[in-house]
Amino acid sequence: MSKDQKKTVAVCAALALSFGIMPVANAMHIMEGYLPVGFCIAWGVLCIPFLAAGFFSIRNKLRENRRALTILAMSGAFIFVISSLKIPSVTGSCSHMTGTGLGAILFSPSAVSVLGIIVLLFQAILLAHGGLTTLGANTFSMAIAGPFLSFAVYQICLKLKVNRKVSIFLAAMLGDVFTYCVTSIQLAMAYPSESGGIAASAVKFLGVFAPTQLPLAVIEGILTVIIVIGLETYAMPELKSIGFIKEKEVY
Amino acid sequence: METSKKSNNSTTVILLLLLVAVLAIAPLFLQKGAEFGGSDDAGSVMVEEVTGEAYTPWFTPILETMLGGEIPGEVESLIFCLQTGIGVGIIAFLMGRLVERKKQEELRR
Repeated sequence: MSKDQKKTVAVCAALALSFGIMPVANAMHIMEGYLPVGFCIAWGVLCIPFLAAGFFSIRNKLRENRRALTILAMSGAFIFVISSLKIPSVTGSCSHMTGTGLGAILFSPSAVSVLGIIVLLFQAILLAHGGLTTLGANTFSMAIAGPFLSFAVYQICLKLKVNRKVSIFLAAMLGDVFTYCVTSIQLAMAYPSESGGIAASAVKFLGVFAPTQLPLAVIEGILTVIIVIGLETYAMPELKSIGFIKEKEVY
Repeated sequence: METSKKSNNSTTVILLLLLVAVLAIAPLFLQKGAEFGGSDDAGSVMVEEVTGEAYTPWFTPILETMLGGEIPGEVESLIFCLQTGIGVGIIAFLMGRLVERKKQEELRR
């Protein structure tokens, strides 16, 4: 990022912090109109610096190297597909996955924020799934918290020299689970339970989301590994050019 | 060497895809007769439980306001398919190009 861009991101972040002085909390696809106005605005503002950073990150990477566009388009399309598939889970209800892990690992977590908000807008406007008022909160959980965790997990796995496929699986899976954890906390903050406050309420919401989401998170992990295998087989030059695979690495 | 690695990868991919299919379909058999509603909806039921009263959302989705009601189920699945279709289309197009490129490169060599 250039100096000016860094400044812009910093200013946005400062703005967001001053606005969002509230306990860090986060949730997934909260329904339209289900969050109090204050929360809607706070979450929305909190997302702005990430989106700005993501926009610059994408622009810079593409300017550096047009080839990255293929990978970016793939990551975006992957989110589109994955988040449109509602899959039955062991608890007897359906949920869908996030698909944000792939872009976070290949590209950058902030770039995924931009891709994620496109999908969320599509679903909020055309499908009445999620919502425009809860867009900020949903963006934060699905397009910011999840991908950043995926990215962190993948970096840690790299440091520990874990097998690449296992690392990808773990990163995508944990990112998915984390998205729902954040959703639970976001809902809990808006609806603290009378007896136990936010924590008790968070546990309750997690109780709804977690058992449903765990098997789906495993599926998401596996699918992400599959698509990376595909890319490794056919798109090696692109993966090298974005630095995902080191030039010297013997494959 | 090159070919053995390739077939190795395809075996992994096929096994993984089978595993995904099993994971996705198994719940249907494990929970016979369950409703399989959305977990987002389960969330709103939970909101009612925690607050102890039925919650009236203060904002209804724009499309529902314009239509004066919920989107018909069939149309909703149409739009979901559209979303999947756009994604799959992009992935398939790019993958196709990449696969063909690799073939050409190998031919040239």
